Amino acid sequence: MSNLFNSMIAWIDKRFPLTSNWKAHLSEYYAPKNFNFWYFFGSLALLVLVNQLLTGIFLTMNYKPDASQAFASVEYIMRDVDYGWLIRYMHSTGASMFFVVVYLHMFRGMMYGSYRKPRELLWLIGMVIFFVLMSLAFTGYILPWGQMSYWGAQVIVSMFGAIPSIGEILQQWLLGDFTLSDAALNRFFAYHVVTLPLVLLVLVFVHILALHETGSNNPDGIEIKENKNPATGIPVDGIPFHPYYTVKDIVGVVVFLIVFCGIIFFAPEMGGYFLEYNNFIPANTLQTPDHIAPVWYFTPYYSMLRAVTVNFLGVDAKLWGVILMAGSVVIFCFLPWLDRSPVKSIRYKGPYFKVALALFVVSFFVLGWLGTKSPTPLYTLLAQIFTVIYFAFFILMPWYSKIDKTKPEPKRLKE
Amino acid sequence: MADSFSINDEMSGRRKFLVAATSVAGGIAGAAIATPFLLSMMPSERAKAAGAPVEVDISKLEPGMLLMVEWRGKVVWVLNRTPEMLESLVKVEDQLADPNSDKKQQPDYAKNRTRSVKPEFLVVEGVCTHLGCSPVFRKDVAPADLGPDWLGGFFCPCHGSKFDLAGRVYKHVPAPTNLVVPPHVYLSDSRLLIGSESEGAA
Repeated sequence: MSNLFNSMIAWIDKRFPLTSNWKAHLSEYYAPKNFNFWYFFGSLALLVLVNQLLTGIFLTMNYKPDASQAFASVEYIMRDVDYGWLIRYMHSTGASMFFVVVYLHMFRGMMYGSYRKPRELLWLIGMVIFFVLMSLAFTGYILPWGQMSYWGAQVIVSMFGAIPSIGEILQQWLLGDFTLSDAALNRFFAYHVVTLPLVLLVLVFVHILALHETGSNNPDGIEIKENKNPATGIPVDGIPFHPYYTVKDIVGVVVFLIVFCGIIFFAPEMGGYFLEYNNFIPANTLQTPDHIAPVWYFTPYYSMLRAVTVNFLGVDAKLWGVILMAGSVVIFCFLPWLDRSPVKSIRYKGPYFKVALALFVVSFFVLGWLGTKSPTPLYTLLAQIFTVIYFAFFILMPWYSKIDKTKPEPKRLKE
Repeated sequence: MADSFSINDEMSGRRKFLVAATSVAGGIAGAAIATPFLLSMMPSERAKAAGAPVEVDISKLEPGMLLMVEWRGKVVWVLNRTPEMLESLVKVEDQLADPNSDKKQQPDYAKNRTRSVKPEFLVVEGVCTHLGCSPVFRKDVAPADLGPDWLGGFFCPCHGSKFDLAGRVYKHVPAPTNLVVPPHVYLSDSRLLIGSESEGAA
């Protein structure tokens, strides 16, 4: 039997690089031996991606991308299609959990300096993946054509209208109409189920290729490739990804699935944070709900969008809001060059960086919380203060990371 | 080895020219074939044709009441303002960003304090000039959430922009301009045509 198997593999290897790729990316891909739980979130993101692709395919079998039928077809999936409710809740919960794992994955990178040389490009590819993910979330949220779908889309598309001179024509081109209507729903469906998933898959593939070129960073932020066994050429602090980390990741997957199933079965709406109550009302083009807020993963940026209320530097408040909102996401791309610290990992960085990162996390959460609230003068003031803190983390980084009192990095990974 | 990827210094002038010419020609062809696809995303002929004017009967609109009308997929408000509401327009003027409607957000016949043809009737698009939400009609005076200075107006729930009862925007809110007054004409005392300035289009 094993002879038959071996000769089959040999037959394939003559025609396709199967064994060599298995070795290069799994059984002989050497990862640092000191990964902690923060390193689960990359593989969990892959798991959620597969979940979204599979459940998404089954949802398209019953969903109708038509402004007059979309809402009813989603309710049809929920009530009349066998296990339709399960498939839809897996998809809607998966969307939120995608952002949970990706935010934790990004935070891991910020803590351990994974964006630093030689992984700048890896970080940038990851950022593009994040933009695509946000587009996927946005286009997907429009599809049920409820009140939040409609008015959320209205706000986002109107942002393009804030761009000087070309704004209006760009908005019409995006919508395929003069207002948000059936034409837009139909094309956002096309983006959500064809264009963006294809782009995402390619980018994820490229992200992993780039990772396997530089090798993984680790909680100590030192390069294991600088300390290789001269006889074998294998990093002394590296262990093969398979079986060590594949087995470890399975533990992460089990814990994740317990949480994931708990949400699907007991709190799929998550108190209005994963699925908003107003979206159970069909879109009404004549009336905005009294309280509108995006889904939780967009609320920090949404707070910044509405934080600017005065015109300055000859740019009006509306455009400033859009610039800040876009800037708050794009600015992550510059991290590899903003960080001037001699060390990568937070373990060896000094107090300035630790305080700055803590303030950044606090401002991200406060802005996120404010984004779920109706604007009042106090909340707007808070949003302005925390927007400044959010951006200060990045803009002041070249200064505070350089003068910070760092500890020396070890030569070898700690046990 | 890497010759196929890089423009080699040793490449002859003729070859360099051919590579450049082929690249330019390919680029033009690419742009040409992209054009029909990109243009297919503009509003279709059917969407363009859907902008017909709508006629509204305003005879039953009591003072202080707001009527919502759909025109070109947008909401248009018709508000019959009471004398107190009209008085409030003067009182709030120092808090407004563009009290004289200098920015062209209205036809010339509505560039006045009430931003209307008939003083009591306001006809305005119910679309916030910030990001397109539909503001809420708040005629209550000095409510708890909008403060003691509030004399009635429109409040956008999305991002907190405020407009007075003539659709004029307050200072220090995200919205940059006054609400848009659509073209409209009174066909008679009770018939209003929205979307056209001439009676013939009805």
